[in-house]
Amino acid sequence: MAEKVLMKGNEAIAEAALRAGCRLYFAYPITPQSELIEYMSKMMPKVGGTFVQSESEIAAINMVYGASGCGKRVMTSSSSPGISLKQEGISYIAGASLPAVIVNVVRGGPGLGDIQPAQGDYFQATRGGGHGDYRTIVLAPSTVQEFADMAPLAFDLADKYRIAVLILSDGLIGQMMEPVEFQPAKTDEELEELGRQHESWCMYPNEDEPNHHHHIINSLELDPHVLSDLVLNLEKKYNEIEKNEIRFEEYNISPDNEIVCVAYGTAARITKSAIDELKKEGKSIGLIRPITLWPFPTEEIKKAVHNNVKKVLTLELSLGQMIEDVRLALEGKVPVEFIGRVGGLVFSPEEVKAKIEEIL
Amino acid sequence: MIIEMICSGFGGQGALTVGKFLSLAAMKEGKDVSWLPSYGPEMRGGTANVAVVISDKQIASPLVNHPDLLIALNKPSVDKFGPMIKSGGLMIANSDMCPDKLNRKDIEEVYAPMSSIATEIGSTKVLNMVSLGVIISKTELVKYETVEKDLREILGKKNPTLLEANLKAIKKGMELGKKA
Repeated sequence: MAEKVLMKGNEAIAEAALRAGCRLYFAYPITPQSELIEYMSKMMPKVGGTFVQSESEIAAINMVYGASGCGKRVMTSSSSPGISLKQEGISYIAGASLPAVIVNVVRGGPGLGDIQPAQGDYFQATRGGGHGDYRTIVLAPSTVQEFADMAPLAFDLADKYRIAVLILSDGLIGQMMEPVEFQPAKTDEELEELGRQHESWCMYPNEDEPNHHHHIINSLELDPHVLSDLVLNLEKKYNEIEKNEIRFEEYNISPDNEIVCVAYGTAARITKSAIDELKKEGKSIGLIRPITLWPFPTEEIKKAVHNNVKKVLTLELSLGQMIEDVRLALEGKVPVEFIGRVGGLVFSPEEVKAKIEEIL
Repeated sequence: MIIEMICSGFGGQGALTVGKFLSLAAMKEGKDVSWLPSYGPEMRGGTANVAVVISDKQIASPLVNHPDLLIALNKPSVDKFGPMIKSGGLMIANSDMCPDKLNRKDIEEVYAPMSSIATEIGSTKVLNMVSLGVIISKTELVKYETVEKDLREILGKKNPTLLEANLKAIKKGMELGKKA
C-alpha cells in the first residue's frame, strides 16, 4: 500500500474515484459535500477527464445517465436535498440497467434541514428512492479510509451488475480528516479493458469502425408484458446481489453478549467507543455494523443474536429507520430497543453507554 | 494511549490549522488520528473549533466532549471548553486574549502571550504555532522534528519566510512550555 495521507472524507472519495477510473463527474455544490466537487474540479482536468458543475442536481444526474449509457465510469455526488432531486434520474438509470456511482453526504432534514451529520436518508436509499420497482446497492462507510475504499468497490459493483450504487456517507465522515491509503490508480490499459466490457450494451460500442452500430438505451416500454419481463429480470439481478454482496462487520460479537447493537456509519463508531468502555467494566456487548444497507445483512444479524442475547439495540441518527429492517431480521425473537438523535445532533459515547446500561 | 483534544479560536486565528499539524505529525509517527472540525456557517471573526483524537489503537468515536487537552486562542474558547476539560488535563490559552484565568485546581493551565509573540516574530499569522510549541515541550504527543519536516514540505518552497516564522513561533512556545 502507498503512504498514508491525512485527508477529508470528501476529498478522499474523490481521489479514490479518480484512481478507480472515473473520468466523468457532474454535480452541483452543497454543504457538507462541497469539498468533493471542489476536488474533482481541480483534479479531473489533470487526468484528462470531464468535470461539469451543472446548473442543477437534476441536470447532473441526467448527465450521469447519458455518460453511463456510453459505458463510462461516471459519478455524481450531493447531500440529502440534492439527492432527493436526483431521484427521477436514478429511477431512469435503474430502468435502463445502467451502472453509476452516486455519493450522498447526508445532512439533517427534512426539507433543507441543516448541514450537520444525520442518517435520515436510510429509507430513501434502501427503498430505491424514486418511483417504480427497483433497488440500488447502498454502501455505508464509517471511516475516511472505508469511504475511499468504497469508490473502487462501488464502480466494480456498478459495472458487474449494471446498477446504480449509492454511497451513503454523512457530514461527519465527509468533513473529518483521517489517515488514508489509496489503492493504485488504474492504468490506461485497464481503463480500456473496462470500456470493452460494456460493448455488448453501450450506445456506441464501435463508433470508429465502418460497420458501426448503436444500441438503444431507454426506460420506456409501453407493452406491459415486455415491461413485466424487464422488471422480472431486474428482480433476478437483485436476488443475485442479495446472495453475493452482503457486507458487514462484527465487533465484540461473542457467546457472552447479553445485548447486541446494530448501527452503521458514524453511529457505529460511537457505539464502538461505548462498547469498549463497557468491556472495561466486564460487560459484553456486541455490535453488528451493516456495511451494505441494501442488501441488508438479515441472516447475519439473526445469527449474531443467539439465545443468550436478551435485547437488541438499534442506534441511528434518525427517528428510527434501519430499526425496521432489524425487526424484520429478528422476527420478534427478542425486543428491539432504540436510541436516536435527529436534526444533525449526534449522541455521545457516554449517552450510548447510559442507554445500554439502562436496558441491560 | 488516547488523547482527546479541542483546538478553538476566532475564525482565521488558525485553531483548525494547529489541530491539523498536530494530527499530521502524530500520523507520521504511527498513530491513528481523527480531525473533526465544527463546520457550521463559520466565518472569519466567528468562533471555530476542531476535535482531534490521537491514539495508538484505531479510533472509534471522533467526538470530543471532555478533552484532555485544550488549545484556546481566545476568551470565548476558554469560557466554552475550559469547564469541560478532564480532571488532570491541560489547557494552553492565549493570555493576550484571555485576561481572566480559569483557575481550575484540578487541571494545569498554561497562559502564553501568543499574539504578542507572533507580532514580535513579524507575522501575526503564526500565533497558533506557539501553542503547538507548548504542547511539544509539555507532552510527548509529537516531536518537533516531525512537525518541522511537515512544515518544510508544505511551506518550504511556497513561502520560506512564513516557514521560518512558523518554526520560530513553535520554538518560542517550546521555551515557554519548559518554564511553565
